[in-house]
Amino acid sequence: MLEDAKILAGGQSLMPMMNMRFVTPEDVIDINKIEELNFIKLSDDAIDIGAMTVQRELLSSSSIQTIAPILNEALAYVGHFQTRNRGTIGGSLCHLDPAAELPALASLYDAQMVVHNKNGQRVIPFDEWSFAYMMPCLAPEDVLVSLSFPKWKLNHGYSFVEFARRHGDFAICAAGVLIELDKNDEISKVAITIAGADVKPIRLKAFELDIIGQKVNEDLIRSAVEEVKKIETMSDAYYSSSYRKRLAGTLVERALIKALERAGGPT
Amino acid sequence: MGARYFGAEVLRGEDKPLITGKGQYVDDIRLPGVLHGAFVRSPHAHALIKTIDTTDAQRLEGVHAVFTFSDLEEPINRPAVQTYPSPLIKQDLRPLPLARDEVCFVGEAIAFIVADTRHIAEDAIPLVKIEFEVLEPIVRVKDAVLKNAPLAHKDSKDNIVAKLNVSYGNIIQDFKAADHILETKFLQHRGGCHSMEGRAVLANYTASLDELTIWSATQCPYLIRRSLASQFEMSESRIRVIAPDVGGGFGPKAGFYVEEIIVPWASRKLERPIKWVEDRREHFLSTNTQRDTWWEIEIAANDDGRVLGVKGRIILDNGAYIPYGLLLPFTTITPLPGPYKISSLDVTQDVVFTNTVTNSPVRGAGRPNAAYAMERVMETVARSLGLEPAEVRRKNFVHKNDFPYETGLIHFNGRPMIYDSGDYHKLLEEALKLADYDGFTSRQVTARKAGRFLGMGISSCIEDTGVGPYEGVTVRVDHLGKVYISSGAASQGQGHKTILRQIVADELDISIDDIHVEIGDTSKFPQGVGTVASRVGVNIGTAAFSAAKEVREKALGLAAEILNVEYDDLEIEDGIIRDKARSNITITLGELALKFAPMSGGAVPTGYTASLEATSYDGSKGPPHASGSNVCEVEVDIGTGEVKLLNYSVAHDCGRKINPLIVEGQIVGGVVHGIGNALFEEMIYDESGQPQTTNYGEYLLPLATEMPPINIVHQETPSPLNPLGLKGAGEGGTIPAAGAIVSAIENALKEFDVIIDKYPVTPEYLCNLIDGNR
Amino acid sequence: MVDQRNIDVNVNGKSYSGAVETRFSLADFLRENLGLTGTHLGCEHGVCGACTVLVDGEAIRACLMLGVQANGKHITTIEGLADGNNLHPVQEAFWKNHGLQCGYCTPGFLTTLVAFLRENPDPNEEEIREAISGNICRCTGYQNIVAAAKAAAEVLRAK
Repeated sequence: MLEDAKILAGGQSLMPMMNMRFVTPEDVIDINKIEELNFIKLSDDAIDIGAMTVQRELLSSSSIQTIAPILNEALAYVGHFQTRNRGTIGGSLCHLDPAAELPALASLYDAQMVVHNKNGQRVIPFDEWSFAYMMPCLAPEDVLVSLSFPKWKLNHGYSFVEFARRHGDFAICAAGVLIELDKNDEISKVAITIAGADVKPIRLKAFELDIIGQKVNEDLIRSAVEEVKKIETMSDAYYSSSYRKRLAGTLVERALIKALERAGGPT
Repeated sequence: MGARYFGAEVLRGEDKPLITGKGQYVDDIRLPGVLHGAFVRSPHAHALIKTIDTTDAQRLEGVHAVFTFSDLEEPINRPAVQTYPSPLIKQDLRPLPLARDEVCFVGEAIAFIVADTRHIAEDAIPLVKIEFEVLEPIVRVKDAVLKNAPLAHKDSKDNIVAKLNVSYGNIIQDFKAADHILETKFLQHRGGCHSMEGRAVLANYTASLDELTIWSATQCPYLIRRSLASQFEMSESRIRVIAPDVGGGFGPKAGFYVEEIIVPWASRKLERPIKWVEDRREHFLSTNTQRDTWWEIEIAANDDGRVLGVKGRIILDNGAYIPYGLLLPFTTITPLPGPYKISSLDVTQDVVFTNTVTNSPVRGAGRPNAAYAMERVMETVARSLGLEPAEVRRKNFVHKNDFPYETGLIHFNGRPMIYDSGDYHKLLEEALKLADYDGFTSRQVTARKAGRFLGMGISSCIEDTGVGPYEGVTVRVDHLGKVYISSGAASQGQGHKTILRQIVADELDISIDDIHVEIGDTSKFPQGVGTVASRVGVNIGTAAFSAAKEVREKALGLAAEILNVEYDDLEIEDGIIRDKARSNITITLGELALKFAPMSGGAVPTGYTASLEATSYDGSKGPPHASGSNVCEVEVDIGTGEVKLLNYSVAHDCGRKINPLIVEGQIVGGVVHGIGNALFEEMIYDESGQPQTTNYGEYLLPLATEMPPINIVHQETPSPLNPLGLKGAGEGGTIPAAGAIVSAIENALKEFDVIIDKYPVTPEYLCNLIDGNR
Repeated sequence: MVDQRNIDVNVNGKSYSGAVETRFSLADFLRENLGLTGTHLGCEHGVCGACTVLVDGEAIRACLMLGVQANGKHITTIEGLADGNNLHPVQEAFWKNHGLQCGYCTPGFLTTLVAFLRENPDPNEEEIREAISGNICRCTGYQNIVAAAKAAAEVLRAK
């Protein structure tokens, strides 16, 4: 039994920490050769993605482009093409940077996280995934093996907008929106998430429930921006909590507008 | 001179090894038996060292030695020599090669570990047990100057490094007479150099010869040699310093660091070659930077926008130590008042110690600061008096008929500041035309109707370049007619070898491919100064021209005798000297070289010295002044505070250009560095002096995706101070950049009455300004 | 005791078999074990891109991969781009367009562009800038690098 071991996936997060000696494991377990963890599978109601699927594969997957186009939109912000050649979806979800795009999407989709250890397999819903700042609720012997993203209707509206200082940087904040409208142009399903504002992505779940059945207009968008003012935001050496909150409001507004355009909704 | 290379876009000879992976940077140099070093550095901004226990570290397998101050003998154990002494330094506090009982910045070197590999040396670092007594640090520049501020050095009386003043004219009278007294205050923050190669030292002490050879990623090999000779009390002739391929410098590699004492010392002590290569975190912590200066300025101006006088007070953060003298403070005020004719000036500068890494010049040194200050003066006048910004510049520029123009300011070296040549009005017009300044207002209005905020800003500067004392060049012809050039110059990407070849090839009329150049090695040329302040091109250009001219004249003189032709009837073409009229009478440079340097049994021609060669240390008669005008167009997103750079126009005057490719490369690179300063680069410290930006995720360097198209138009006002009319070109892109960008942002946000009082301008800061004024 | 593994790897067309310290990055392995010092370390945390090499044709940061992970793979470094004395069009374009000054970041840009232009042989300026946004240059300001990329793309398309 290895006492002090770390799993090495794409290495884009772990290797910098090891190079800078912030993390100094006795052993490193390289799981890159486990082909079973590298897949994109469609079922009737979900897309299942293996944890070791690299970001470049996700970007070039036509099924994802059709069924979950927001993944494509978000992945374009993720790092640079060199890092996307190695960075994995599982790695990003386990590293759990507050501003990372893939955890934001997992939050948006209420993804199901499939975790494996020697006692078997279990499924953790994403809203229980984060234990603390950059720490998922995984025991040392757990391995994330796949994620399941429930499908939305084919004509759903989507948008992922982020603000980062430079191309490929971690976002300061990002907002993701998924929306389905019924034939009266009223909201039948909606999900809104904000990344980077706090240690984990924030879903506006109460607000989402409130606006079911409503038509989308300027008032609704304004009320969404008001709702964002209620969230908890964090402060650090680089950005204050009030700026994060202001930014989150701007980005939610823009994401909502864009998502509605794509759903054929009013702008 | 048949100029076929001068002024031409000659491709660089330096490139072939670099593009094929055959460069030889310090870390690439492999010496047999080399050991590897790592430094134990202070984790505290200010602390006393109570005890150091290196026992565990020494026991680690693969560790050869762990050195602390107590291992250093006389004279090594004295503070690092002052490289730029000045009577104006009040407290000349320089670091000990390894800290003894006090550390004064996070990153200060305390111990040096030597091991078989770099990995093992770094493994040993946490095994060195140090007991500290943490002291209160002084971190903020404005606090450091206060009377009861915590002391950066526990035994000093205050935090004052120096109090400088420049003044001329009758400031009291001008302020009395002016129609308006205006003011502006701001913070300037420049950041680190972040050459992609960090610092590195490889030292090899040869005991049998008592000689030290050092490879250092330095901009100043001769400074290192001189300083080491002083520090070790060892003859310069026993020290050889080589700057091999160096991956960028930008200022901070021009100093003399404690690592450059300790690594050679340890090599001598262990009689083994030792290599130390800085990693990026070390670069953030222990390589000099150029950070905060705080400015408070008062302006005496008239209704028509003429500025009569400028009064100012600056507080400049020196950091913890002052091994680099006052070069940064000097260059911060002596370029005042820039390209403007101001009848009186009175600026004082308090240079203060703080418990942070030493601040020393970064690309442009203090010149970007001085240029920015003058642009803030002009913008303040324009805004307060409702005048057109370009018109205010025109009203105040030195006129082209005023040259040579004496500003009135006396440099600290006693010499008056004189601008040699220029045409600032025309330069501004060129920049405005390039930027379509006249068409901008309607673009701005149209964009505003669509909810977009566009802005345009201008900024002008002068740059004193090519400062002396010299940078020498030797030109020597061999018996095959090939030419050898050696020089004390050192390059970190500026293409000096190529421009040397261009100048000499023209003067001797040979192919540049027949010229071999060696630079950056103290054993290949007797004396040198260093690559800083856009000085090398001017100095080696002048010296190369002089030396090549002397070689040419010597060759022609002997050729005239041998061919029995009048001196003036001779010409050189492709290395062959011929009678212009009867071109079948020839002799080659190689044949002449043979005659000048015969072997045993031969004789040197009567009246001549041996060897077809010449050495010149000729430089410019004074510092030529380059100048520039920049115009920047931006778009501001008021929802996020993001500033997008849409277009950047540069009108640049560096006198006659030896190689336009190289000049433009320097300008574009310089502008991008300036963009970094204006918008992205910030070294953040917390209240306890802990750096908060120590990697490239936290400290933002400009990337290709955010850079605007950078368009350049050139103007050439040759310098009368050197025969080739040269002016320096290395920093003219950086110097005015922040001014243009900040003015553009204010212009974009004018309806919010935004006045920017610091850079870098971050999105959050902009949002606060916008919200505060809504 | 130093922990090592034996690996078989093909670098620039040559096969190597030997031991590598498990703690070595791929960049360390190339520089120390194979003496291929053309791959440079600028930050060792995966941002500057100076260490970029091609692993089975893909542009990878060599500081973010362990040497042992290269087992069984084909690596191309800057030393492997030229064909004997014939420079790769990307190398030639950098020379002709003054796309380098100090040269330290250049190895990463060259390998990055070789991989990029293979995927996108006719890129516009925006696409080129995005492709090189994972590489930092402090000297050139990128403009000439973009010009070099365009020039190289044209030469490669003509082949």
